[in-house]
Amino acid sequence: MDIVVCIKQVPAASNVEVDEKTGVLKREGIETKMNPYDLYALECALRIAKEHGGTVSVISMGPLQARSVIREAYMMGADTGYLLSDTAFAGSDVLATSFALSQGIRAIGGVSLIVCGKQTTDGDTAQVGPAIAEYLSIPHAAWVTQIVSVDETGIEVRQTLADRIQTARLGFPCLITVEKDIAQPRLPSYLKKKETSGRLVQVLTLQDLPDRDASKYGLEGSPTQVEKVFPPGSNIHREVWRGDKELADRLYGLLKEKKHL
Amino acid sequence: MGLLIDEKICDACGICIGHCPFGALEILSGRLAVKDTCRLCRLCIKSCPRSAIMLEEIRQRDIDKPGWQGVMVVGEQYDGVLHPVTRELIGEARVLAGETQPVYCMLIGGDVRACAGEVLQYGVNEVFTYENPAFNYFIADVYANVCEDCILKIKPNIVLIGATPLGRSLAPRLSTRFRTGLTADCTQLGIKPDGDLIQIRPAFGGNIMARIVTPRSRPQFATVRYKVMQPAGVVEKTGRILRMPVKKQWLASGMSILDVYRMPPQLNISDCDVLVVAGRGVKEQKDIAMIEELARLLNGQMACTRPMVEAGWVSYLRQIGLSGRTVKPKLIITCGVSGAVQFTACMEGSECIIAINKDPEAGIFRVAHYALVGDLYEIIPRLIQNIEEGLHASK
Repeated sequence: MDIVVCIKQVPAASNVEVDEKTGVLKREGIETKMNPYDLYALECALRIAKEHGGTVSVISMGPLQARSVIREAYMMGADTGYLLSDTAFAGSDVLATSFALSQGIRAIGGVSLIVCGKQTTDGDTAQVGPAIAEYLSIPHAAWVTQIVSVDETGIEVRQTLADRIQTARLGFPCLITVEKDIAQPRLPSYLKKKETSGRLVQVLTLQDLPDRDASKYGLEGSPTQVEKVFPPGSNIHREVWRGDKELADRLYGLLKEKKHL
Repeated sequence: MGLLIDEKICDACGICIGHCPFGALEILSGRLAVKDTCRLCRLCIKSCPRSAIMLEEIRQRDIDKPGWQGVMVVGEQYDGVLHPVTRELIGEARVLAGETQPVYCMLIGGDVRACAGEVLQYGVNEVFTYENPAFNYFIADVYANVCEDCILKIKPNIVLIGATPLGRSLAPRLSTRFRTGLTADCTQLGIKPDGDLIQIRPAFGGNIMARIVTPRSRPQFATVRYKVMQPAGVVEKTGRILRMPVKKQWLASGMSILDVYRMPPQLNISDCDVLVVAGRGVKEQKDIAMIEELARLLNGQMACTRPMVEAGWVSYLRQIGLSGRTVKPKLIITCGVSGAVQFTACMEGSECIIAINKDPEAGIFRVAHYALVGDLYEIIPRLIQNIEEGLHASK
């Protein structure tokens, strides 16, 4: 069984701030890491492959520097890695990103199961997984907290929808997005690092995809546009108190006054 | 597709480099160069004092904007009970629709008659009901088939969906099916004269808000979290309910439901009136007890930020933020919370926000009504002591 895990390189810290006076973005050195939720997806896929046989590929989209997250996935045990990287993909919103990823998955071919993290820590939309499933016309289950069983033809999962726990069977091929508690991710291994140091990251450009119509990718393929970014608003009715211990007494007074005590 | 730099105009002043959130611009041998980390966010274009940066023209697609009218809410219900986010979405839909545009609501379920009646009193013009025993369970592609039918028949300009687990699984399938835009977790919505929806949400994983539009396609999809918008008021019922036929082929899916059970009622911080929040300023796991104690004394619950969950100190059920829950309590006291937008976007609607942080520049103070610049380790223990003594004295 061939499993693909979608991963993304994200900023290591949310340190992009706007200087309110000049409107200029304050940028410290942008360090990056693998989206933490993707680690759970990768761990989940590695465990399924180990137990039931099969390979685990990872796919990502981004600039060439994103090869480092694919290397990280190799150090955890992924077999092959693909990076969609082309100027044609720049400026992609959710629709264009999921289209490119779905095309990449078609290019890999023969995939039974696609596993995604529940969302990324930079976009926080949780949209790309279900959108890929729609492009591939396959079923998906989001917010999966447990893999119940796997056989040749499908997978049984448990998903949490608010106060309901739903157990579902999905026939292959299908896509799941997994919650954080599904499996504790292993640490990257030094042995694996040595073993995979020469392993290539396969870069996929527009020319490598089944659909080469550039207007479906990148900015042109993106229906949403960011018109403007701005610092979050401030509360104008704000009192500032300074001090330490004495603040506790003032706060006590305030809570009594507001009848919380 | 990409950035174009007019080298005759560009004097390599470097101002744009400071505006780029992705570090994608650099000066190479006296010339401005664009690296492949560029995400075409266009901030550099706006920052350039000489207008030397341009975007390669995008082919404009012709869309029939006037052919798409009104605001549709995809209602959410379980076992015939309406999810309160639906009422909030209808409230927002009525604001967006104004006096002239219709507000629609669609309901999918086994039996949604009671919900349909309820929805009418919130001022909806037309309620579309799709009923079938198969709809008692949520299968995203099946629900998407039903929504697609309704949207194709009504052609609404805007579709609002609750950013609930169900809505966030359904919405991206649906927007992809229509090859149109979807903006998740909007905190504010507005509308332009040509019907373009103005969508505001936290962006880029940083402390920035973004204003997002979908100018080239219809319908425009947005999800909004529970407890963000004002619920619709009750009005005299003037709308009507339309029972829609269900086609058998919509029910086909590669996914089948084997079992569903309701969890015993568990903590939902969204429903609490008082929350005391532990942030990264809480240094050790054992100190969580102090935050819990304060919450208990205030008859509230303890909540937390994402790092607390990642450290394994607090259950994710208590997490506020875009990867947790949105809250709107009467009182919220944040202790050592820095206030990233992903957090503040999910609690700034609270009635009274008291923030304690040592750093006077902390982002949390932007949304606080009371900004306490001080050490939580000095303030909280003494506050607990005050409350306990007060309780003792009143006995």
